[in-house]
Amino acid sequence: MSETITTKKVTFKVFRFNAETDYLPYYNEYKMDVTSEEVVLDILNRIKWDHDGSFSYRRSCRHGICGACAVTVNGRATLACKENLHGLMDLFGDELTIEPQSVKRAVKDMIIDKSDFWEKHDQIQPYLISHIEEHPEMECAVSPEESEQLLEADLCIQCGACHYACPVVEVNEDYIGPAAFVKAYRFEADVRDEAHVARLETVSAPSQGVWDCVKCFECAEACPKDINPIEKITKLHNMLFEERVFKNPVAERHAVGFQHSIARHGLLDEGELVRYSEGNIGVLKHVPVAIKMYKKGKIVLPWNMPKSDKLDEIKKLIESSSTSNY
Amino acid sequence: MGKLQYALFTGCTAKESTPEQLKSTYAVAEKLGIELIELSEASCCGASHLQDYDDFLSLVLNARNICYAESRNMTMVTICNTCQLNTAMTKHRLDNDPELKARVNEKLAEVGLEYKGTSQITHFLYAIIDDFGLDKIKEMVVTPLSKFNIAPFYGCHNIRPSELQNESHKNPENPYVPTSLDDLIIACGGVNVDYEEKNKCCGFHVELQAPKTAAILTGNALKGAIDQNADLMVTPCPLCHLKLDTQYGHASHAVGRDVKMPILHMQQMVGLALGCTPDELGLEHNLYGKVPFPA
Ligand code: SF4
Ligand code: SF4
Ligand code: SF4
Ligand code: FES
Repeated sequence: MSETITTKKVTFKVFRFNAETDYLPYYNEYKMDVTSEEVVLDILNRIKWDHDGSFSYRRSCRHGICGACAVTVNGRATLACKENLHGLMDLFGDELTIEPQSVKRAVKDMIIDKSDFWEKHDQIQPYLISHIEEHPEMECAVSPEESEQLLEADLCIQCGACHYACPVVEVNEDYIGPAAFVKAYRFEADVRDEAHVARLETVSAPSQGVWDCVKCFECAEACPKDINPIEKITKLHNMLFEERVFKNPVAERHAVGFQHSIARHGLLDEGELVRYSEGNIGVLKHVPVAIKMYKKGKIVLPWNMPKSDKLDEIKKLIESSSTSNY
Repeated sequence: MGKLQYALFTGCTAKESTPEQLKSTYAVAEKLGIELIELSEASCCGASHLQDYDDFLSLVLNARNICYAESRNMTMVTICNTCQLNTAMTKHRLDNDPELKARVNEKLAEVGLEYKGTSQITHFLYAIIDDFGLDKIKEMVVTPLSKFNIAPFYGCHNIRPSELQNESHKNPENPYVPTSLDDLIIACGGVNVDYEEKNKCCGFHVELQAPKTAAILTGNALKGAIDQNADLMVTPCPLCHLKLDTQYGHASHAVGRDVKMPILHMQQMVGLALGCTPDELGLEHNLYGKVPFPA
């Protein structure tokens, strides 16, 4: 049984830039007939082979496993060799803009300088740290259940899609970023790894670490391998409390403060959360905004804090279901 | 069609720092003839932070909240993107993992509750668009907002992760080109403003721990909208609202120019178009600026 191949007309706008000769990037437009069989990489090839031999892009495996061909189409990260064009047309219509993962890091057309991505990986010791004897008596077994704990973090192909989709990577050059966090989690969750605390200290330091994640889910949306980086980031947060790695008191108390508040009111006491997170001195910097808010009736004073009905139930559940302590 | 009824999960913000949001939600519901039954037993959803400390506890508490919508046989409606995310994520995880559901239910049984998975969870934005209907809202507009260029600010947790979000409402939203809020602006007679940051993050969740990042993201969003000639910005998320409305000072500083602009809750915008008074919409609570009144 063969499916019929259909053809659609598409206008492509393709990013062009040569860092050695161009002052500014520009876009070339191509109108093409695209079949239901074709993926983005086929179009990149057609541009290079039929229109402009100088057009540059990376690709290698053509099977979605080397991660080289990652680009964006209408702002959405994609592996060029994997993404079907008619599928993209369902999402974006018949005008598709193909750009490199990070326009500001473009070197030549689709090729970007990915050095920051590799440096971030370097920083988190992306390898197994373990003192396994040179001539061990028996194998170092990992059970299927234990390897499931990696949550497929080991399937990351390091394409960079999540990293360059992350708004924090964009504005804070210290930030380690979702891909390297996935890698850190991959080793932290490995029962053979012994680096635990050392690596966790790196991934939780202020400015560079997981506490700076804004929880926007851009990484989860971007990953072509469905690895869900922010899920691993949450796991790393949990590990920080388990291993008692405390490098960022404001952020840690901010997470813990929710439990305190819920235990008292059922609801979150917003003012108290800020005070508890920042400490009695740190909280002072919020006073000017707090005064403005107070004048507009936006601050509930402690003695007026509303409470959830059936608060006793909530208290009981916190007592019986808590799995962490600070 | 019978009267629409929902179990309202207010979240904490609507009871504290954004009272105008709760007020305008009720005002709009009344105009549209939607009945909202408040889940007064509900606790805080953990705002995507509690789970960093204690994931299991966060699941138990959210499951408990859902139980109270289930026992009323109603769809739960949220008015905060982050409440929506946390609650829907809990539902998704429990519905897809019987072992986890059993563990959570073991705890809930101690207080006589059981999570079943029978209630849907949807944000008020999608409830009024999908269930009530955009066309009907349009027919009911008495004060079209035609004088205003309105910039939609969607907020992350209503549009990402799309796989989860699209379980919660009928018409799938493309997180790279979301349309629901734009459509609502148009239905209210306003002119929707297209700008790059409309589906980006405001940075709210790191306001304390990474203030610089938070301020730049907010500043960029406001700047993007202002540069496309927006008069107002509108958002379905009270956390985005807090960030955009109360933190413009830091945001302006971070991006090196004044980015103040009036920010409305989605409910306030709809309310204005439906003829509610500024008082009914709690407009006096909005921090920046007099919100230009359409009439
Ligand atoms: S969720 Fe966190 S890591 Fe992922 S893209 Fe957003 S800020 Fe970056
Ligand atoms: S986590 Fe996904 S998006 Fe990020 S580098 Fe790995 S494969 Fe690419
Ligand atoms: S846009 Fe802002 S408030 Fe909304 S989910 Fe993102 S960070 Fe949270
Ligand atoms: S060419 Fe290897 S992933 Fe696309």
